[in-house]
Amino acid sequence: MRNSMKMAVLALIAAGCCAIYLFHDLNGSFDYALPRRVVKVVAMVITGLTIAYATVVFQTITHNRILTPSIMGLDSLYLLLQTLIIFFLGSGHMLAVNKEVNFLISVAVMIMFALLLYRFLFKKGGQQIYFLLLVGIIVGTFFSSISTFFQVLIDPNEFQIVQDRMFASFNNINSDLVWLAVVIVGGVLIYAWRFIKYLDVLSLGRETAINLGVPYDTIVKQMLIIVAIFISISTALVGPITFFGLIVANLSYQFFKTYRHRTLITGAIIMSIIALVGGQWVVERVFTFSTTLSVIINFFGGVYFIYLLLKARNAQ
Amino acid sequence: MIEVLSLSKFYGKKAVVEDVSVTIQPGKITSFIGPNGAGKSTLLSMVSRLLDADTGEVLIDKADARKMKSNEFAKRVSILKQSNYMNVRLTIRELVSFGRFPYSKGRLTDEDERIVDQSLEYMHLTDMQDQYLDELSGGQRQRAFIAMVIAQDTEYILLDEPLNNLDMKHSVQIMKILRRLVDDLGKTVVIVLHDINFASVYSDWIVAMKDGRVVKNGPTEDIIQSDALKEIYDMDIPIQKMDGCRICVYFNS
Repeated sequence: MRNSMKMAVLALIAAGCCAIYLFHDLNGSFDYALPRRVVKVVAMVITGLTIAYATVVFQTITHNRILTPSIMGLDSLYLLLQTLIIFFLGSGHMLAVNKEVNFLISVAVMIMFALLLYRFLFKKGGQQIYFLLLVGIIVGTFFSSISTFFQVLIDPNEFQIVQDRMFASFNNINSDLVWLAVVIVGGVLIYAWRFIKYLDVLSLGRETAINLGVPYDTIVKQMLIIVAIFISISTALVGPITFFGLIVANLSYQFFKTYRHRTLITGAIIMSIIALVGGQWVVERVFTFSTTLSVIINFFGGVYFIYLLLKARNAQ
Repeated sequence: MIEVLSLSKFYGKKAVVEDVSVTIQPGKITSFIGPNGAGKSTLLSMVSRLLDADTGEVLIDKADARKMKSNEFAKRVSILKQSNYMNVRLTIRELVSFGRFPYSKGRLTDEDERIVDQSLEYMHLTDMQDQYLDELSGGQRQRAFIAMVIAQDTEYILLDEPLNNLDMKHSVQIMKILRRLVDDLGKTVVIVLHDINFASVYSDWIVAMKDGRVVKNGPTEDIIQSDALKEIYDMDIPIQKMDGCRICVYFNS
C-alpha cells in the first residue's frame, strides 16, 4: 500500500472516531451536548497534535527513538508548580481556581525554564544535546522529589486537587483555553513549517546535515523551543501525557517506513487523534468513566515500550 | 582556491591545531598526512565548518567562509567524515538524492534526478540503487556516500580518511574515482590519508602535519623523500621507485 493511501485510510478512521464521539447517543442535544463535545474533541486534537509533533521532532534531534520530550523535566516542573500553588496559596486561591490564569502561568514558567536550560547549555556551542538530556533528567527528578515532599505535607483534601492534576484528563476542559491553545499552536505550526524540510536531513546526523547546508545549531535550537512550547501547552491544557508521544511516534515509523518527516509527523498526529478520541469514547461509554484515558495510555504505552526495548535488543 | 589563515583549535590549554596556514591548489588532489593526533582531521573539520576555529580564518575563493550562508557554502564545499552514523533506513538512491538538498531543499527537479543518476553511474551503483544502506558492505556504503558528495556537485571535496576499514581493492577503486573527479571534472579534492603510499601514488600535493602544525608542504615528489619523511614520522623510510611510483617501504624501519 502506498503511503498516501495509508494516510488516507488513517485520516478516514480519525474522522470516523471524531464523528462517533460527537454524534453517538446525542439524542438531539445539539445546543447543549454537542458544543461541549466539540470542545473536548478539539482539545484532544490539539493535545495529540502537539505531542506527536514534539515527540517526532525531539527523537530526530536526539537520534533516539525511545526518548520523549518529558525527559527535559517539563512535566515534573508542571506538577511542582501545581503542588506549590496549592500548598502555599491553597486550593481556593485565584491561581488554582482560575484556569485561564493557571494555564498562562504554567505555560510561561515551563517555556522560561526550557529557554533557561537551552541558553545555559548552548552557550558553550554545539553538540551538547546529551548533556542537555542529562541535566533534564536530573532537574526533573529534583522537581518530582520536591513535589512529593510537599504532597506528603499537604492537607489531604487539598491533595485531592493536586492528584487530579497529576493525570491527564479531558473531562472539564475550559473551552476558552482550548481556543487559545488552538491559536498559539496554529501560529507555531505556521512558523515551524519551513523547518520541516531540514528535519529529514537532521536524521542523517550532524555532520552530514551541516555538509548539506543545514544551519544545524540554529535549527536544533528553534526546534527545541518549539518542542518546549508544544509540550507546555498540552501539559497545561490536559496534564502530563508525554509518554503517549512515544507510542504514536514509533507506530508512525513502523507504519510508514520512510525518512520523510512530513509523512512521519502527519501520520503520528492522525494516529494520536485516533487513539485519544477513540480512547476517550471507550473510557466514557465502555468503562463509563470508571478509569481515565491516561491510565489506559500509560498501560498500553508501557507494554509497547517494553516491546520496543526487546525488539531493539534482538536486533543487535 | 581554499586559503587557511593561521587557524588554531585548543582543547583546554592544549593546542590541537596551532597557527596553521596552507593554501589548497584548485584542480589538484591534496593529501594531508602525518602521525596520529597531528590535527589533520581537526583541521579538515574546521575548514568545512563542522568545528569552530578558535582563531584564524578560512577563505573560499577569497570569501570569508564564516560569513557565507550555510547553503551557499554547501554548494561549494562538501565534506565526508569517516563515520556516518544514521538512525534512518535509506536506500542508496535516497541517500544520493540528499546530495541535491542544497539546491532543491528536498523537492527534486528533473535536473536533480539527472545528476543523481549520473552520480550513481559514476560510482557504479546504478544496479543496486534501491538496496538499503544497512545491507551493504563497508566499501559499498563508502561509495554510496561518495556518490552523495558527487551529487552535491561542489568544486571542493574534502574527505576525512575515506579509505578507513576498506580492503585494497576498494581503496584503489575509490582513489581512482577521486583521481577521475579531478582529471575529468576539474574538482579539487582534499583528503586525509594514513597510508603514505596512497598519498604518494595518487596525490599532486602533500601537506604533512605533526603536533598540530604543518611541517612539510609541497608537491608529492618533494615530500616523499626519506629525509622529509624522517622529519614527519621519526622513522627511516627507504623509498623505492617502481613503475614510476615512489613507494615507501616503511615496514622494516
